[in-house]
Amino acid sequence: MKYMLLMQFSAAGTDFPSIDTWTPEEIAAHIGFMREVDGKLTAAGELVQAEGLGGPQQARIVRAGEGGAPVVTEGPFAETKEFLAGWWIVDCDTPQRATEIAAYISTAPGPGGRPLRMPIEVHPVMSAPPQEL
Amino acid sequence: MLARRFGDFADAEDATQEALLAAATQWPVEGVPENPRGWLIQVGHRRMIELVRSEVARRRREDLAGRREPDARWIAPAADEPAADSDDTLVLLFLCCHPTLSTSSAIALTLRAVGGLTTAEIARAFLVPEATMAQRISRAKQRIRDSGVPFRMPEEAERQARLAAVLHVLYLVFTEGHTASVGPALRRVDLSEEAVRLTRAIHALLPDDSEVAGLLALMLLTDARAAARTGPAGELISLAEQDRGRWDADAIAEGTALVTRAITRGPVGPYQLQAAIAALHDEAPTATDTDWPQILALYEVLERLSGSPVVALNRAVATAMVHGPAAGLDALAALDVDARLAGQHRLDAARAHLYEMAGERERAVAHYRAAAGRTSSRPEQHYLLMRAARLAGTDDAGH
Repeated sequence: MKYMLLMQFSAAGTDFPSIDTWTPEEIAAHIGFMREVDGKLTAAGELVQAEGLGGPQQARIVRAGEGGAPVVTEGPFAETKEFLAGWWIVDCDTPQRATEIAAYISTAPGPGGRPLRMPIEVHPVMSAPPQEL
Repeated sequence: MLARRFGDFADAEDATQEALLAAATQWPVEGVPENPRGWLIQVGHRRMIELVRSEVARRRREDLAGRREPDARWIAPAADEPAADSDDTLVLLFLCCHPTLSTSSAIALTLRAVGGLTTAEIARAFLVPEATMAQRISRAKQRIRDSGVPFRMPEEAERQARLAAVLHVLYLVFTEGHTASVGPALRRVDLSEEAVRLTRAIHALLPDDSEVAGLLALMLLTDARAAARTGPAGELISLAEQDRGRWDADAIAEGTALVTRAITRGPVGPYQLQAAIAALHDEAPTATDTDWPQILALYEVLERLSGSPVVALNRAVATAMVHGPAAGLDALAALDVDARLAGQHRLDAARAHLYEMAGERERAVAHYRAAAGRTSSRPEQHYLLMRAARLAGTDDAGH
């Protein structure tokens, strides 16, 4: 079964200062941890895909306008302080394991080396074979 | 099964499709044969033999045509290969990098058809699903077929432009491999190697072309620093802070010799100039020994030649190294109005470096952070954040 783990930052769910105010050691530890996560999931044969997204300044919202032409606006990300930072897709045997991985990612270190405990959304990916009806 | 017997998947696919087509038209009329699977394989098999025969005939025709039009410049003084094969490699490269193709298609097709990488390998290198890459390659082939470009050496008049397109594709393959340094890095290193290998092959075929030599030199001189370019955790290390003992001395020697010979012979082009700049960096025993006046002079020539704002930006940094950060910042100010750099992280990153040089920490930190928010390269983003954090820590400018 595949699960998508979303690392979504929102004003409500995060109570730590933004990464550009951390010390070099704190940043290095955080980056090292994230790298290690991908390595561990690969070694466990569970990693399907992991991507980090560009910051909110780079994101755009697109709607179809008159005649289907794209109407592009800069996202409301800046105001709502909510944006998707990245995701993992993991393929694991049980939903418990997906929960375990999400909890581990949530321990990524932040200021002072303390776990950030950031929220990780766990979504099952709709890929299971259909049940006999 | 046909692919296994004949070792050519695309042709086997074609043959299988034709066999199925034959079945679809014949079975309703003549009835389904007793052993349908066997029937299909046999028809496919016959078709495959026809394909192979026509392929052999095509090659023979091309070899003949090739021999009728000898052109000393385009036939390598091949020591170990018959000239016709070498010619084929070049013609194939020209075809794969044809201007009607998008860059990503040209890259994929070149790696598949000339590099001989499998579709799965190319897909892995670019981190896209294999089916997507297979489709990209087959659409590229179709596009070339539709455009009616003949499989032969381009006319003399357009050869230089077509060669430039080939070199550009190889350069992009190289940088794709060279700049990726997170997670998938190990898989992507192959791309740099493949680009070097192909460029070497072209250089062997066109030893007198100074830009081919320049590109090969540029790749070697850049690749020579690869081991020192990242730290133990995969973090980027700036040129000035790299451990030069880890640079590849053989690659530097080869690259330097290549570019020196090429520039002396000319005509001088952008790849040779970039290689010459890389050679000056590589030859300096320490960062402070770097011959910046010479690098600045080369950037000035390169800027006139290419008109690229990125080159102008590098020239501004070299200006700062020679004449001080204020002069460099003045040069950067002229680039603020360049629409081609608007919204990019490069201007902010360069400005941050120069403010750091000037000791203006607060401004440097602000520009490093702005650049970190705009880059689309993760390792570069980490690098910029780290520089900002380091500076902010040395006084409390950032807080």
